[in-house]
Amino acid sequence: MKRTIIPIGPYHPLQEEAGFFQLQVEGEKVLDIDVDLGYNHRGIEKICEARTFDQIPFVVERICGICSTSHPLAYVQAVEEIARVQVPERALYIRTIIAELERLHSHLLWLGLAGHFIGYNTVFMWAWRYREPVLDIMEEMTGNRQNYAMMKIGGVRRDILEQDLPKIRKMAEDLRPVLDMFVGAVMDDPVIHARTKGVGVLTPEDARRYGAVGPTARASGLAIDVRKDDPYAAYDRLDWKVITWESGDVFAKAAVRLLEIAESIKIVLQCLDQMKPGEIDAKVKEIPPGEGIGRVEAPRGETFHYVRSDGSNRPVRHKVRAPSYVNVPTFKATCIGQTVSDATIILAAVDPCYSCTERMAVVDAGAGKRPVEQYDLVALSQREGQKMLGSLAGKVAQTTLEKKLAEGYRRIEWKAC
Amino acid sequence: MKEREELVTKIEEKLAGKVVSSRRDIPNRMYVYIEGENLPEAVRLLFDELSGRYVILTGVDTPAGVEVLYHFSFDGVGLVVTLRVLLDKDKPEIDSITPIVRGAEWIEREIHELLGVEFVGHPNMRRLILAEDWPEGVYPLRRSYGKNTT
Repeated sequence: MKRTIIPIGPYHPLQEEAGFFQLQVEGEKVLDIDVDLGYNHRGIEKICEARTFDQIPFVVERICGICSTSHPLAYVQAVEEIARVQVPERALYIRTIIAELERLHSHLLWLGLAGHFIGYNTVFMWAWRYREPVLDIMEEMTGNRQNYAMMKIGGVRRDILEQDLPKIRKMAEDLRPVLDMFVGAVMDDPVIHARTKGVGVLTPEDARRYGAVGPTARASGLAIDVRKDDPYAAYDRLDWKVITWESGDVFAKAAVRLLEIAESIKIVLQCLDQMKPGEIDAKVKEIPPGEGIGRVEAPRGETFHYVRSDGSNRPVRHKVRAPSYVNVPTFKATCIGQTVSDATIILAAVDPCYSCTERMAVVDAGAGKRPVEQYDLVALSQREGQKMLGSLAGKVAQTTLEKKLAEGYRRIEWKAC
Repeated sequence: MKEREELVTKIEEKLAGKVVSSRRDIPNRMYVYIEGENLPEAVRLLFDELSGRYVILTGVDTPAGVEVLYHFSFDGVGLVVTLRVLLDKDKPEIDSITPIVRGAEWIEREIHELLGVEFVGHPNMRRLILAEDWPEGVYPLRRSYGKNTT
């Protein structure tokens, strides 16, 4: 049978970010997959070398809108490791609450998208509707629905007000019956079983070979979770379980995320019970020379930050490894042999985040080959249209956009930054 | 933690004679500086024999040369072991670990683009994240970038 290449992307492959997947198929069957990255590369590691230690949390927060507290938390932990800072107890609890609320809204977001991809739009509507109260609480506590700007070296930037505590508690408790409904709607639904069970299986061996983390690894039976393995914030003071599932298929990934929502609710409620008034900032003055590693269990898995300081007010190197960077390559292990129709949900099951994966883009329009961009495509399309008309009339005219381009109407030229 | 100390002792014993220097200022972070030629053996020890989890590689340009750090996590005991090699600045070259650790393919491509390190034996050294029209031989994470490059 002839091999066909199906290009998906770079724009709107299945989620809202750009990535390019090339599926090689024979009939319905996927024989190979190639992932092409670079569309969201923004230069964040490079930018961080030119920012002071205190400015960087705001930069890394913008690596990803969904895990916008995991990156700054991992970063401040890395710096606190260099400076050997003892973070006040209350700040540790606040960090835990913010991080778990983030996991709640992120998992609900994924659940909605996953429902949407397999054509179950009721789940999509429900999940996003019940995600909203989480974001409302975030806005009330931090001032923002995303990019909370709560983490700072030595503690947190804002205290949680006493008056907000009952609201957080109510929101968390209200989510419990909702979760029961979701567990019923998703895990007992025969159609979802048919679409997800045995589909896109990631074996524990492959998970290890690719270094997969988070729900992607836990759904393949690997009980790895930074919150338990190398505890940070207040996780070692709380009672909760690491959720694992054995089958490694799309269903397992959904099940792990759903059951993790319940654990997150438990964690938040315990934090509210245990948290005592007190300082929220260790007031760090200087960062000595040295190197540090910060690890956080983001919703998608371990976020890893390595920071090196030479004693100045800026890091000499700041390396970011987001979970999708090691989860996305597992597509090679999970998609091959599956059908094209299942490929989308297999890709989505990892909950990939392209912005996290890439982080850096510096475009120099002056050098080398010019990439084809929007205007070029429009010009090309107009030209083809003209050709058709032209061949009827016996000539090819210059298109309006080509005229404009010739007059110096150019796309934005980005300077290397 | 007893298991962690046993693991550290085991790593030290197995790498004996190949370590240039090692540091463990806090109990759950270990940095081992080795010569480049011993890297594949050390990676096999951490990844295959002791079942460490591959985390990522970090490339750092320093005045002494280009450093590559190989981070491995031992999750059961909360330990991160980092192997460190120092490469010659004019011709940074090191064996690829992708044949041993499948997941390292992307990061070796990334470090190759951003710092100009050659990974010998890498199966697929295509461009990963920089734009297609980014000029060859210009490495944005080098210290010299933006100073004397045009």
